[in-house]
Amino acid sequence: MTVVEQVTRRARTRRVTPTAPSARQRWTRRLPLLPALIYMIVITQIPFIVTLWYSLENWNLTSNAKARFTGLSNYASVFTDANYRNSLVVSVIMTAVAVIVSMVLAVALALLLNQKVLGRGLARTLLITPFLIMPVASALLWKTTMLDPTYGLVNWLLSPFGVHHVAWLSSHPLGSIIVVLIWRWTPFMTLIVLAGLQGQPLDVLEAARVDGAGALVIFRRMIFPHLRPYIELGTLLGSIYIVNTFDEVYSMTQGGPGTSTTNMPYYLYEQAFQAYNIGGAAALGVITVIIVMIIATFALRLIASVFRFEEAVG
Amino acid sequence: MTAAVSRPRPRGASRKARKWSASLAWFVLVWVAAIAFFLPVLWMVLTAFKPETAAYSYPPKWTFSPTLSEFRSVFSRGIGPFLENSLFATLVSTLLVLLLALPAAYALSIRPVTKWRDSLFFFISTKMLPIVAAIVPIYIVARDVHLLDNVYALVLLYAAMNLPIAVWMLRSFMLEVPGEVLEAARIDGASLFREITRVIMPIIMPGIAASALICIIFAWNEFFFAVNLTSTVAATMPVFLVGFITSEGLFWAQLSAAATVASVPIIIIGWIAQKQLVRGLSMGALK
Repeated sequence: MTVVEQVTRRARTRRVTPTAPSARQRWTRRLPLLPALIYMIVITQIPFIVTLWYSLENWNLTSNAKARFTGLSNYASVFTDANYRNSLVVSVIMTAVAVIVSMVLAVALALLLNQKVLGRGLARTLLITPFLIMPVASALLWKTTMLDPTYGLVNWLLSPFGVHHVAWLSSHPLGSIIVVLIWRWTPFMTLIVLAGLQGQPLDVLEAARVDGAGALVIFRRMIFPHLRPYIELGTLLGSIYIVNTFDEVYSMTQGGPGTSTTNMPYYLYEQAFQAYNIGGAAALGVITVIIVMIIATFALRLIASVFRFEEAVG
Repeated sequence: MTAAVSRPRPRGASRKARKWSASLAWFVLVWVAAIAFFLPVLWMVLTAFKPETAAYSYPPKWTFSPTLSEFRSVFSRGIGPFLENSLFATLVSTLLVLLLALPAAYALSIRPVTKWRDSLFFFISTKMLPIVAAIVPIYIVARDVHLLDNVYALVLLYAAMNLPIAVWMLRSFMLEVPGEVLEAARIDGASLFREITRVIMPIIMPGIAASALICIIFAWNEFFFAVNLTSTVAATMPVFLVGFITSEGLFWAQLSAAATVASVPIIIIGWIAQKQLVRGLSMGALK
């Protein structure tokens, strides 16, 4: 709930040993870290280096020809490939709309859940469920029991508003997927914003209220500035996760109709596992990494700066 | 919502009534939102207990005589091996994560290495790389070492997927261990192994449980590696579910029953771990 202050305080008061640890001591300290560190390097870093290598080769798994080095030609074809540009646009729209709408909803929901109402704990529990359910399961059920034109629950719920038998997945495929993404990620962002909200001392807000500040002023001048870092963190983490959306696209539309819902991850999957174009898929992967790393740099910087970093003890 | 100070104070009764209607409004809003988000999950569970014919009705049926027949058909359709694979990949990978993460978190908090900050950021940055970009070499290596369609491939990958979260979470719990306890253990000359297993672990047991639950949730729900690296022998629950894509036009109640079996255990675990969820999801930045 609170960004740890006690710990930092304790670390500060502890006496610091003046002598630098010997080489032997440094190694005994490093030892417990090494297995995890080596494991992560082997499983996550080496594949990326290999991807970089594959992206310079012409290699198709369907032909028996050995891979040959072709330099940057895979990148050239990625940049001239209209389908790749399309998947880039789909990814940007999908991520931007889902993240922004989820965050707006999350702030509203967190403000609601911060009120003292009957059954608040249970309401919060129900609200976070979309984030816990298996994404493939929920995507398949959205596709069928929720969004079906004839028997779907959504059309029934919207029928008082003059909506009848809309085939959501064929007439609004990208919109439908974005709705499901918003449904799944709003709870995640709500939890982060709520954690921020609960870190704000209530007596300060109460004092402002007694002084005659209106609700809107209190929100704009006091609550929102306090929430800002939490909103930024939620937005960045949400963007990193949503850019990688695969389960919903695979289960609901398979990238279609046409290429209307083919985002970068799904296009890369098609290239690698349906066209067996290893070199092309690798080049796509490298470009995707660069794009995500740009977002991730901001996220890492935010985590390091805005949230006071807990000091290690010894 | 708040009266300006210059205005005359409302009399006690009307102020009370206004306060009461305001809290009623909050109550209604909170519950409308909660039910709206929960509705698809509720609908899944309801549909799972319907006979197949009742699943296709307009207007949708809210009352019906519940039946277990769709759950029986799901099990006769051969869900068993998929459940076993999911359970194995989830539990073994979580165990591996804890084995690696506990000492690592120790070396980043209690007796930190000199570059603990860099190491922490290395762990978190791996979480931000898109896994789709690594799938090609992972697939080729798995093929060459005969780990395709092998549940151990999933174990290794899920452990790597969850290790950063576990390191960050466990570290934040270890920082809460009182310094006096650690000093006492050191004066007694406890070895590193004894210090971790006998002194630290009992104190941070709730933290270990929370980290394990979060690893379990993510491993159980994982689909991308499962669909690309397994086919018949090692396939997990999400792969079983997408098997309905070709036939889902006929079996909504059965699909709902399968989805319920796949997701209800994890939903309950998530409800139990919800207080720790935010800590795991924000990589330990928030509590």
